[in-house]
Amino acid sequence: MLLLAFDTATPSVTVALHDGTAVVAEESAVDGRRHGEILAVFIDKVLRSAGAGREDLTAVAVGTGPGPYTGLRAGLVTARVLASALAIRIDGVCSLDVIAAAACAEAARTEAARTEDGGTDFLVATDARRREVYWARYCAAGQRTDGPQVSRPADLPRGLPVAGHAALVYPELSDRPLNPAFPAAGQLAAISAARLSRGEPAHPAVPLYLRRPDAREPGKPKRVTP
Amino acid sequence: MTGPLVLGIETSCDETGVGLVRGHELLADAVASSVEEHARFGGVVPEVASRAHLEAMVPTVGRALDAAGVRLADVDAIAVTAGPGLAGALLVGVSAAKAYAIATGKPLYGVNHLAAHVAVDQLEHGALPAPAVALLVSGGHSSLLLVPDVAAEVVPLGATIDDAAGEAFDKVARVLGLPFPGGPHIDRAAAAGDRDLIAFPRGKYRDGSYDFSFSGLKTAVARWVEAREAAGEPVPVADVAACFQEAVADVLTRKAVAACRAHGIDHLVIGGGVAANSRLRALAQERCAAAGLRLRVPRPGLCTDNGAMVAALGAELVARGAVASGLDFAADSSLPVTTVTAA
Ligand SMILES: [Zn+2]
Repeated sequence: MLLLAFDTATPSVTVALHDGTAVVAEESAVDGRRHGEILAVFIDKVLRSAGAGREDLTAVAVGTGPGPYTGLRAGLVTARVLASALAIRIDGVCSLDVIAAAACAEAARTEAARTEDGGTDFLVATDARRREVYWARYCAAGQRTDGPQVSRPADLPRGLPVAGHAALVYPELSDRPLNPAFPAAGQLAAISAARLSRGEPAHPAVPLYLRRPDAREPGKPKRVTP
Repeated sequence: MTGPLVLGIETSCDETGVGLVRGHELLADAVASSVEEHARFGGVVPEVASRAHLEAMVPTVGRALDAAGVRLADVDAIAVTAGPGLAGALLVGVSAAKAYAIATGKPLYGVNHLAAHVAVDQLEHGALPAPAVALLVSGGHSSLLLVPDVAAEVVPLGATIDDAAGEAFDKVARVLGLPFPGGPHIDRAAAAGDRDLIAFPRGKYRDGSYDFSFSGLKTAVARWVEAREAAGEPVPVADVAACFQEAVADVLTRKAVAACRAHGIDHLVIGGGVAANSRLRALAQERCAAAGLRLRVPRPGLCTDNGAMVAALGAELVARGAVASGLDFAADSSLPVTTVTAA
């Protein structure tokens, strides 16, 4: 099998190829304003570097956010088009879960990060702009127990380690920031490949917007007569 | 079956448009519009439009392929609106088009929305005479263009300095209590009105300018309506609609004809959603005939934003052997009209 995975829900654009056993190619760049320019180029690049063609792809996995909408949609529409045009499986993965999985893997290596004061839960938080963060809560094993949701930084649970770049944007969130800051497509691919090998159905590739569009119904037209 | 088969994708505003064109032949034109979702807001809400594009993209491409009776693998090239338009909306189409290019291995052309509005006329009236003058009027843009070559060179002559023509229709519709989008409702109301009853201002312009201004006209209409209301008199909606529409059509057609004359050009192309307006079409016909000009206006379905226009321009580019855009071009909300293809 050959799984193409990518995520555009944060300022990072990250793309990976996974052969069912391991990541065979990965490209990432942090450039929040250029998702639309970078994503397709990276897809082309990972295919080339793995010596694979589009016809070799058997599945696509995409980060469903939550994330600022514009970049998030670049990833989702790309995944939906590839899945439809190549007639392959499409799997949606919550972008915060990708960060959580990586944080867990890192914590397994540096156990101290999670277990002091007995609290083993941790948060993943990313920047939602407008002075808000997207976040979710995870148990030590990396299972999501709350969220995802969008909140003001002050309203998040206190005293827990926090992974995700919101911990850097809002240092007050935690005195124990965890790595990583951004989701990596290799990790996303691993999550989706594991689902596939367990025979689990794909999750829908539906964006987690978590907010309604900003739009107000107009009142009566303003008078122009002085 | 002659000419390259091109898939065109358009998402610059609130229509998800997908067209299939072979040479100058229109094979399919599928459109999913989110206009009803915007109606209660009195204008297009960019985030609502972008969300709708994401949901509509794959199904609309499927509908277009079905209607044309072709498969994605038959497509020779893909074209997409790179700009101008709403940034978030454009990005959905551009990202989708890049994914189709990857999935098919076919060349991709990022094209200018305004040039595509001109090129679409080739689907109805055959090869465009070069040069031509084009008047493009919609809710998002109002431009007068000199078009030496729609696939290579487009020169701006004038543009609106405030509201786009379609925006003026929307705003005046609100003043008159008519629904969004204003264009069709004003056109319908105006049919029963007297277009000579009120002489609304045409705007002040420096000599020889091909720019437009509709803000003053809109304010004049609002003031006139408020004066009637203040006097306790009923507002003659049909007459106001007819006189407003007359003022817009008068300015647009007068400037378009003057531009043709000044540049010694005998073909005028009109496009954009406002080109569906019956009075604009009639007055343009009348004035072009009087000036000895040939008028080309595509049918209303091809004047509003659609994917066929993008495919039409794409087909022209492919036929000319133009260099494809590659995968790294950006969606550009303010793409200059002089840039026909994105690099
Ligand atoms: Zn348009």
